[in-house]
Amino acid sequence: MHGYGLKTEFEAATADVWPLNVGQVYTTLSRLERDGLVSAEADADGQKVYEITGAGRDELRRWFETPVPREVVPRQELAIKLVFAMRSGMADVAGVLQQQRLATVRALQDVTRLKATAESNGDLAWLLMLDGLVFQAEAEVRWLDMCQARLAREHTAAGRPPQRAGTAEPAVERSS
Amino acid sequence: MTVLDIDRAGRVYGSGPLGVSALDDVSLRVRAGEFVAVMGPSGSGKSTLLRLAGGLDRPTSGRVRLAGRDLASLDEAGLAAVLRQQIGFVFQEANLLAGLTAAENVALALELDGVKPRAALAGADGLLGSLGLGAVRGRFPAQLSGGEQQRVAIARAVAGGRSLLLADEPTGALDALTGESVMGLLRERCAAGCALVLATHNVRHAAWADRVVFLADGRLAGETGPAAGPECLLGSVR
Repeated sequence: MHGYGLKTEFEAATADVWPLNVGQVYTTLSRLERDGLVSAEADADGQKVYEITGAGRDELRRWFETPVPREVVPRQELAIKLVFAMRSGMADVAGVLQQQRLATVRALQDVTRLKATAESNGDLAWLLMLDGLVFQAEAEVRWLDMCQARLAREHTAAGRPPQRAGTAEPAVERSS
Repeated sequence: MTVLDIDRAGRVYGSGPLGVSALDDVSLRVRAGEFVAVMGPSGSGKSTLLRLAGGLDRPTSGRVRLAGRDLASLDEAGLAAVLRQQIGFVFQEANLLAGLTAAENVALALELDGVKPRAALAGADGLLGSLGLGAVRGRFPAQLSGGEQQRVAIARAVAGGRSLLLADEPTGALDALTGESVMGLLRERCAAGCALVLATHNVRHAAWADRVVFLADGRLAGETGPAAGPECLLGSVR
């Protein structure tokens, strides 16, 4: 297969969610060729046609058999925002949580609508991507619920009434 | 057209200093064809709201109107008749009658509306067929999967063209994909003009709704407005 054909086929298979730079495709192919994972031959027009080698198949098999690594500590603006909201005393923490929850649920509603369309079009690759987005958003909302429950428990333990979302009560203050 | 109008409803259990407020000054309007999800932690008032909406409980303050009619103005018999004709309930457990087939379970709801048995069974068959359940019409509940049972329960809840469907965690015991098919079925009923209120902990299922309303400590704590449209999202992933 030609490098450009690879690019278009990859993008079609991943529902255009992961666009490739054609230059990057050729750089990667050269590196794979150097490592003996693909072989290349020129066709009648002098264009390189690539083919996977036995070593390439072994490497591919290893890739299928290995789990995708998780980011150990993903950059979490939201977590940082909550920590500073609590420490600064400048923000209503329950309000911050609720505002984020509403925004995330709204995004989740949008993805869910896209899923309905993908389902009726039989667009399986796109559907799998959207499912991934749905579960990520769900995880965030559940984490927000957990944060809220933890804060409420801390308030109760401190003898204060739990904070209600959207009210202008002062934020949880921590003397440092 | 507004099907359900909950107007500043409150529900206090007990009285005096021992009274516990389960719901406090909550308003919610649901139009025909609209799907509203109600979310909130345990004890936030979701079930109380659903019970008030379904006439299973009366508010201690405020009003609940169904198709413009104040439920408080009806006597017990009148209320029972209105609820039977207008409202379908779906709970976490399908609660199908074990001795009846899927079609007979659905037909029973129509017979309670006064439809003759033969016509009720024909109506039930037609409804199950339209919901993609034609193949299980003759099976007994024990012969159905959890997802099939729940879909038959939804068929029973919507039989007779009820205008309001109230669902309390209808997907609780189902796996993710089966739960999704149940949500798809509920969504279709909305497209057919039914108003739907879903109380759930599951944000994935709530996201099927047109609006998601949040309760906290018996009060409204926010709601997602109309959809922003998929473009804003696609900008970030495509």
